[in-house]
Amino acid sequence: MERVSPGEAVSAGISLKIAVASGKGGTGKTLVSTNLFSTLLVAEHQGSLVDCDAEAPNDFLFFKGEAAGSFEVTQMVPVIDTDRCTYCGRCRDDCHYNAIFILPSVPMIRVMEELCHGCGACTVACQEGAITEKEVSLGRVSHLAVDAFHRLTEARMNEGVYSPVPVIKAAIREAGHTGITLLDAPPGTSCPFIQTVSRADYVVLVTEPTPFGLSDLRQSVETLKTIGKPCGVVVNRAGLGNREVYDYLTAEQIPLLMEIPFDRELAALYARGMVAASVDLSWREQFTQLLNNILTHYGNSHYQW
Amino acid sequence: MEIAIISGKGGTGKSSITAAFAALGRQVVLADCDVDAANLYLLFNPAHEEEQIYISGQKAVIDYAVCTSCGICIDYCRFDAITEKEGRVEILETSCDGCHLCARVCPEKAIAMVNSDQSRMVAGSFRFGKMVYGRLAPGEENSGKLVNMVREKASAMAAALTSPGQPPLILLDGPPGIGCPVISTITGVDHVVIVTEPSLSGLHDLQRAVAVALKMERKVSVIINKWDLHPALSNEIAAWCRHAGVAMAGQIPFSEVVVEAMVHQKSIPEWAPDHEVSTQLRSIFKWLISSCLLEMK
Ligand code: SF4
Ligand code: SF4
Repeated sequence: MERVSPGEAVSAGISLKIAVASGKGGTGKTLVSTNLFSTLLVAEHQGSLVDCDAEAPNDFLFFKGEAAGSFEVTQMVPVIDTDRCTYCGRCRDDCHYNAIFILPSVPMIRVMEELCHGCGACTVACQEGAITEKEVSLGRVSHLAVDAFHRLTEARMNEGVYSPVPVIKAAIREAGHTGITLLDAPPGTSCPFIQTVSRADYVVLVTEPTPFGLSDLRQSVETLKTIGKPCGVVVNRAGLGNREVYDYLTAEQIPLLMEIPFDRELAALYARGMVAASVDLSWREQFTQLLNNILTHYGNSHYQW
Repeated sequence: MEIAIISGKGGTGKSSITAAFAALGRQVVLADCDVDAANLYLLFNPAHEEEQIYISGQKAVIDYAVCTSCGICIDYCRFDAITEKEGRVEILETSCDGCHLCARVCPEKAIAMVNSDQSRMVAGSFRFGKMVYGRLAPGEENSGKLVNMVREKASAMAAALTSPGQPPLILLDGPPGIGCPVISTITGVDHVVIVTEPSLSGLHDLQRAVAVALKMERKVSVIINKWDLHPALSNEIAAWCRHAGVAMAGQIPFSEVVVEAMVHQKSIPEWAPDHEVSTQLRSIFKWLISSCLLEMK
């Protein structure tokens, strides 16, 4: 198999989505995604970064650019016409999320919008034509153009919304589809994580060489196995902790893509909202190498370029 | 007394701090509410005394012996979970929200709803008291309800502790973010501790977490962990807290003993009782308990 540089891959019309995830937030997932994005900028590869951590998005803090549009993500919720409603209770019975409350004796009917998932079951259930629907906001997707070829996209859900998933889906859908798209995935292994990684071609898991790190990594790997996504691992804060994570990678035959040693200088740059690969040549080289490793392993696992 | 420890985002050292408090307290019930990535059991290895199945929701499943591939369900599903592939109607399990609508509209009654039952709640004793944690199975939902189940169990275990002198202390280790499981974790607690670290994104996440906690009308205080990694930003965070009227519970320096303790399956005060980090943790804990007692009076 021939090795192809990211630049060549992009000019050959490749579009590739790489998710950067970790079982838990704060292991360096944002550090890795922002630095990878920075190497795309420097090398003039077309690409984008989508911040899918809709509960706590902050990738925008690390880059300067121009606002390039944003839109509201909405869902439908029922509106009840009390002139037509007979308080029969069919809509309440069919609502699996207990979002409709009825007191026929008053009579009163109320939709609890924060519980509603917008499934439409109540509209189907009502025999009286008493239900119409309106749109309510779940959050917002915003774009930031760093230059002509590179864009950041942020998914941000409103406080109190039942799930970040609709906003995440919309952000990934609206992000660029040419070149390399990086997805900064939400923490955990539940729905938001799965909805993000299932849209990626390759998953980079960031972990720490500690018992907590290993436990989270195991859970992420098991989840990725069930949906059949290839993955590789970046060990952050290498040098602290123990060797168990490495033994696990060997046993599972998961590629170690990069080790980032614990480094006060790197931590300080990150703390100030600076991207190491943008200001330091040696970090830029290391993260470019990471991108090359990802492309090589992705190619090995799935794609003959 | 119920204290929740949260952070706008994971990785601030919140769990290590919670573990330290558990080791310092008396009559402790430790509840790991980070049901997506529970990990305190790794440090405390609790006896596995009780396990309960948690039904997180339901998923639609098609009986292909009955399905005529009419595709009506596809039109009704609002979660894009049903597709047709080469004449076969398929439900994408990871996208199904469990709303039951497809099962109702199917003229052949070919769709059944099956319980998602892989998640668990586990409870038992550990060396400083009682412990309970939830484990949400990958891809399962409704973590907020599992958090509620964990908290109910924690309250029941606390009530069962006979307490000479001090009331039992329930410590809740919260999930990252500001979503539904976080709200479930802090609803009704006596005090919310938010752990942050000195970085721009840390400050950003802290502000969101404070907003949520204040909206829930909880007493809030802040711990800056690894403060010495960026003293100037730590000062800025402390200043922001003063300005926002949020109490500073204390600052903890960065140290490798935190990871060393974890590798040895110990809390920090157990592993390095004389270390500066442990000293800080003890004084923060003391402040926390006395200010909670004051608030409760
Ligand atoms: S749209 Fe679905 S979730 Fe919302 S109220 Fe109607 S039945 Fe309930
Ligand atoms: S199903 Fe229609 S008529 Fe019956 S209670 Fe609901 S809105 Fe009213």
